[in-house]
Amino acid sequence: MNPVHKKIPVLIHNGKPVCESLIIVQYIDEVWHDKNPLLPSDPYQRAQARFWADFVDKKVYDCGRRIWATKGEEKEAAKKEFIGIMKKLEGELGNKPYFGGEDFGYVDVALIPFYCWFHAYENFGNFKTETECPKLVEWAKRCMQRESVSKSLADPHKVYEFIVSLKKKLGNE
Amino acid sequence: MEEVKLFGYWVSPFCRSVEIALNIKGIQYEYIEEDLTNKSPQLLQYNPVYKKIPVLLHNGKPIVESMVILEYIDETWKNNPILPEDPFEKARARFWANFVDQKCFPALWKTIWSTSEQYEQNKAEALERLKVLENELGGKRFFGGDSIGMVDIVANFIGFSFRTIQEALKLDVFTEDNFPKLWEWAENFANCSPVKKCLPPQDKLIANFPPAYMGKTLVSSFQSRLQLQFHPPAAAK
Repeated sequence: MNPVHKKIPVLIHNGKPVCESLIIVQYIDEVWHDKNPLLPSDPYQRAQARFWADFVDKKVYDCGRRIWATKGEEKEAAKKEFIGIMKKLEGELGNKPYFGGEDFGYVDVALIPFYCWFHAYENFGNFKTETECPKLVEWAKRCMQRESVSKSLADPHKVYEFIVSLKKKLGNE
Repeated sequence: MEEVKLFGYWVSPFCRSVEIALNIKGIQYEYIEEDLTNKSPQLLQYNPVYKKIPVLLHNGKPIVESMVILEYIDETWKNNPILPEDPFEKARARFWANFVDQKCFPALWKTIWSTSEQYEQNKAEALERLKVLENELGGKRFFGGDSIGMVDIVANFIGFSFRTIQEALKLDVFTEDNFPKLWEWAENFANCSPVKKCLPPQDKLIANFPPAYMGKTLVSSFQSRLQLQFHPPAAAK
């Protein structure tokens, strides 16, 4: 289904595969466009949303990974970078309830899945996102009150255990 | 009145993508060349996160990141669409544009900078990526079908600059023998009028490559390799 990258996620809709998570999210938004649109209708607002979702996509996973996968100076640098990324996102959020404004939207969808990884990052990096970016954590908790989010996200403790066992496998302790 | 400005850099394929899209749509725009060794306050103001070109300014509002700009252009000016209307085909086009951007461009770029020890390995990776791309092209004239679309636009580096640089360095990565369909695509692509309008002359490209902002070491390394007529080791068949 994904011969090019051999990766998940792959969405299969009526037998046809769609790959790459943000491409899939846009596909879902376009096919089921009548209900709860994720992207705004104005092209400029859409461009802003795409920019920030792309920023999340490019930065968060890779930086987070370096927090748990490295040691010493490299780990400290990754932690600083991660906090910087979160602060930028917090700045973009501003006083809005969601990145999408009044409604949960595309950028919220792109970022919230990483919330269940925060516990692991914080443990390995020895920091608290809530201390550094309180408004962002407020936003995350608000998102978690949505059933669509809380049902989908993994348990943060299980994520932490998963990374511990992954590190063992990689000989990375 | 529409006011469209593009902050760019003459050799950047990301900037070229935006110019091609604007040309396809017939949009009049003011082009502002940025000196990337000395970025303008406007650039820093319009793109505070990445501080890079291209930046499209539409009626004073900035849009950045070339793929985001392409989507914006397609949604704002509806004539001559560069993306299909059908959601599945659109997702496909986005996927392949992403593949070109994330996988093909870096692989080809690496071959330009390879030492003789690195060349064969980097070339092998580039060949693999080009093969996948050629399979996707299949029998189509362009990735977009009969006319150029987003994937063709994003692949402009392959269609033009890479072949020019490759020829100057006497590399053998993207050849007509290896990739007959992609080669033909490149010929057709470079001859399309929205593309032709914004291609720099080949000799200017070589004389001024790589761009100064990449640093003196890289610039002199490239220029000396040109003079030495760098010959990669003969490929084992």
